[in-house]
Amino acid sequence: MLVQYIPVFLVIAVAIVFAVATVFSSEIFGPKRPTQAKLSTYESGMKPVGTTHERMSVKYYLVAMFFIIFDLEVIFIYPWAVQFKKLYIENGISVFVSMVIFLVVLELGYLYAYKKGGFKWD
Amino acid sequence: MLNNFQEFYNIIPILLIGAGFLISLLIEMYFKKSDVILPWFTILIFLAAGFHALYAVNSVSVIFQNMLATGGIVNIFYIIFTFGAAIVALLSIDYIKKYGTYFGEYYILLQTSILGMMLMAGAKDLFMIFLGLELMSVSFYSLAGLNRKRLKANEASLKYFLLGAFATGFIVYGIALIYGTVHSTSIDMIASRFYELSSDKLFIAGILLFLIGFSFKIAAFPFHMWVPDVYEGSPTTIAGLFSTGGKAAAFSAIIVTLGVLFTGRIGNILMPYLAVISVLSMFYGSIVAISQDNIKRMLAYSSISHAGYLLIGLAAGNSFGVAGVIFYLASYTFMNLGAFGIVALIEGKDESNLTLKSFSGLASRYPLLAALFSIIMFSLAGIPPFAGFFGKYYVFIAAIKSNLTWLAILGVLSSVISVYFYLRIVVLMYFKDAETDLKIDVSKTGLAAVIISVLLVIIIGIAPGTIIDLIAFFFK
Repeated sequence: MLVQYIPVFLVIAVAIVFAVATVFSSEIFGPKRPTQAKLSTYESGMKPVGTTHERMSVKYYLVAMFFIIFDLEVIFIYPWAVQFKKLYIENGISVFVSMVIFLVVLELGYLYAYKKGGFKWD
Repeated sequence: MLNNFQEFYNIIPILLIGAGFLISLLIEMYFKKSDVILPWFTILIFLAAGFHALYAVNSVSVIFQNMLATGGIVNIFYIIFTFGAAIVALLSIDYIKKYGTYFGEYYILLQTSILGMMLMAGAKDLFMIFLGLELMSVSFYSLAGLNRKRLKANEASLKYFLLGAFATGFIVYGIALIYGTVHSTSIDMIASRFYELSSDKLFIAGILLFLIGFSFKIAAFPFHMWVPDVYEGSPTTIAGLFSTGGKAAAFSAIIVTLGVLFTGRIGNILMPYLAVISVLSMFYGSIVAISQDNIKRMLAYSSISHAGYLLIGLAAGNSFGVAGVIFYLASYTFMNLGAFGIVALIEGKDESNLTLKSFSGLASRYPLLAALFSIIMFSLAGIPPFAGFFGKYYVFIAAIKSNLTWLAILGVLSSVISVYFYLRIVVLMYFKDAETDLKIDVSKTGLAAVIISVLLVIIIGIAPGTIIDLIAFFFK
């Protein structure tokens, strides 16, 4: 019964061996000429500043939440827009109305966040 | 199109609350006086939804591609939720200001949580149950910790959130296993294949996980750890909502999903599980409540033991049992809201006046409050003329009808134990001298809410027959 899974196990085994081998072979065979710049922390070409354990401002968290609201909105609108013609022929105007209701509910939430000062940076 | 209008007519209670909370958002944003308008608007919405549910109780239908049921016991649950929530909102008007911070979100979250409960009670699909459960639970978590500056409220909110999310995980895993064996999330499909699948271990595991998740939500014994801390830490009115609306909603979900087990057509294979946690919850709640000094903790343990009595009705597994459970939920909702209402009236600033000591000698200074509280305590203990007695009576009768006499006897024994700690408060109020210098300004709206719930307890106690007949008519 387990025989049919042999290719899967084989792939996993090869992946592990390959990963381990590449990491250690570059360590063993590669030339090592360290400089100050090479040994410093990689920060996309910038000079590293301060420690890594910085406190993040919670404002980023709010931005992330608003982003999720609009992201989800788009996720719902895309398939609806693509299939709109077909849905319209089948169900009539209610297809459009229901999406408008959905958007109104969402925009109310957006308005609420705006009114409560969710977008104020300071 | 006409068909659509009928569908929308049948879910007017849900639409009303859905529209209500959006309008409440607008009121909260644009009106300076929103703290005066919002509570009354909320109460109006709840009452309108409740009366429509009462009016349309006969329009039994299944709508939206087998997603929602309306009419019948669903509407009876709607009535319990909305009237209970209206009482909570009426209680909150003065309490939430005394409690410290006023937030308009309080009433908005109250409405969303009731919306979630209604979706659970009306669900015809496991997805709807999950959606409703999450809507209710997320509102509950934030309601528990509404006052950010109180440590206890924060603790309650976090504890409720972590354990509630854990319980939801059980439910989702259960749903996954059920879907894996039934190949459908439709509750009708599950019901029709229940008998043939009842020997499938995977299916039973799914049902058990589902039940365990809901045992958290109804606060039954091995899954009760969060109850006392959450009730103690959250605002008293909200604790009242947790113990009544939350419990009723979780029971409605169990009844809706596993309804086929309780009609007597196939054997109640879950009887052992339900009976065991029922006995454990009853005795644990009643015995531990005796040693509590804080009235909110005592009511929390009493809530655990009431979950046990309610589970007797489900363990009985016949339609009398389910009718009894729904009747019990209705009476329990109003008496427990009355109890938490009086605690909310007496509670002073910064959680003072919550020990049993503050109740001694209450009758000489606030005779009306003492009389109302005594009626509620008699009803909770299950003493005849009040609603609590008939709830227990119907549940025990159902157990005896299913040859579970031992369960009924254990239930009666546990009620006898619980009489001690309920009547101890009555004794303190009437036969002891005041130990503390209790001064409260009784809020008029809060008192009105308590009087309404006591009246409902008395009315349900006087005319239990019509209500139980109505429920039994719809649940066959």
